[in-house]
Amino acid sequence: MASLNLLPLAIDLVLALTLLWLAWRALSSPDLFRAVVLFIALGLVLGLVWVRLDAVDIALAEIALGAGVTGALLLAALAKLQSAEAETADASTEQEGDWQGCSQALAEPDAKSKPTLTASATMDATGSAMPIALRILLALLLLVPLAGLGWVVWQLWLPAPGLTDLVAARLEASGVAHPVTAVLLNFRGYDTLLELAVLLLALLGVWSLSSAPHLGDEEQEPALAALSRLLAPLMILVAAYLVWVGAHAPGGAFQAGSVLGAAGVLLRLSGWRVPPRATGWPLRLVLVLGVVVFACMGLVVMAFGQPLLGYPPGWAKPALLAIELAATLSIGAILAALFIGGRP
Amino acid sequence: MTSVLVFALAGVGLIVLGFYALLVQRHLLRKVLAFNVISSGIFLLLAGLARRAPGAEPDPVPQAMVLTGIVVAVAATALALAMIQALRAATGRTWLGDDGDEE
Repeated sequence: MASLNLLPLAIDLVLALTLLWLAWRALSSPDLFRAVVLFIALGLVLGLVWVRLDAVDIALAEIALGAGVTGALLLAALAKLQSAEAETADASTEQEGDWQGCSQALAEPDAKSKPTLTASATMDATGSAMPIALRILLALLLLVPLAGLGWVVWQLWLPAPGLTDLVAARLEASGVAHPVTAVLLNFRGYDTLLELAVLLLALLGVWSLSSAPHLGDEEQEPALAALSRLLAPLMILVAAYLVWVGAHAPGGAFQAGSVLGAAGVLLRLSGWRVPPRATGWPLRLVLVLGVVVFACMGLVVMAFGQPLLGYPPGWAKPALLAIELAATLSIGAILAALFIGGRP
Repeated sequence: MTSVLVFALAGVGLIVLGFYALLVQRHLLRKVLAFNVISSGIFLLLAGLARRAPGAEPDPVPQAMVLTGIVVAVAATALALAMIQALRAATGRTWLGDDGDEE
């Protein structure tokens, strides 16, 4: 029996070590492309860790957003930077070996990375400007917060009640049956409203920086186009399911919105464009819909003597459903727009 | 219970690793990667510390906070990448610092 009890712990240890190893490799890889791919792998392993922590909501969001959308954003930015790099083609190769030397000294000797090093010299001209002694000093200094934080975590390891019981007691009145969705949309509605506003602000920032899309008009791959025609309707269906199921099980507006956004990224990559007549006010309407509906619902309840965002009993369920639908559309549109980049 | 401790400690490790890379690396894209590793570590630490509560049900409040955090991190990453591209277009560099930095 003892070995059976140890098995989950062993799996978790392997997962945790994989996380740290992937993070180290992603942050120290001399090739930027490899670094980004390792970072995406890190997001996927992190998704598994969230499942092990019984946080399925976070796992869904981590894989769709942390690994998927962030990965797509990073790869698109890298492609843009490298195509610009290739034009100038005067990148130096001097400082290249720095980090590599450091990682070889500290980690395992990696014989195979030598060819990549020279191959990546043009795309990654600058490793680090720091001399090796300073880095070792820095690493030693960082051992202090590492030990301190680790010790605090170890010390804190007394069971604490948390807010589980409080949420469970009020779940009935929240309008949904899944505690995480109830916290997100009802108990801590401020957070979520402001979060939607942050997404919108980020898009405003991206749009005000440039009006050119991040990606040019690459040649369309026929296989990708055929695949995305099959996948896009399926992803829309999955998004709709996730919104609906969020009321009583892991899922909800953010996970569904991420899937919609990913569908938008896929369609963009396979050559689909938003028709020009839809990029004016119809697109902007979809982008702000989530914030507007959320804020209006929060304000309207004040006319009935409730506090801001305090839904009266009986009205919470339809109100949350309307907010979730609007937020899903907006999140999906904003994420796809962030990937496409540039104000249309 | 101990598994949760393992993940919380892994979160601490990610924070420190990311912080080191953030300080040492010069390329801005690598700094963005480092920022994301730090945020992943913080999420892991937050949810791990919350999971030590007794009972089968995990605490939903930190979970909702981490969900919010992931979305905000993606938005910040997108903005940072757009700013790197704007910097690249304006100065031809992908790192911060004086012009004299270039060899």
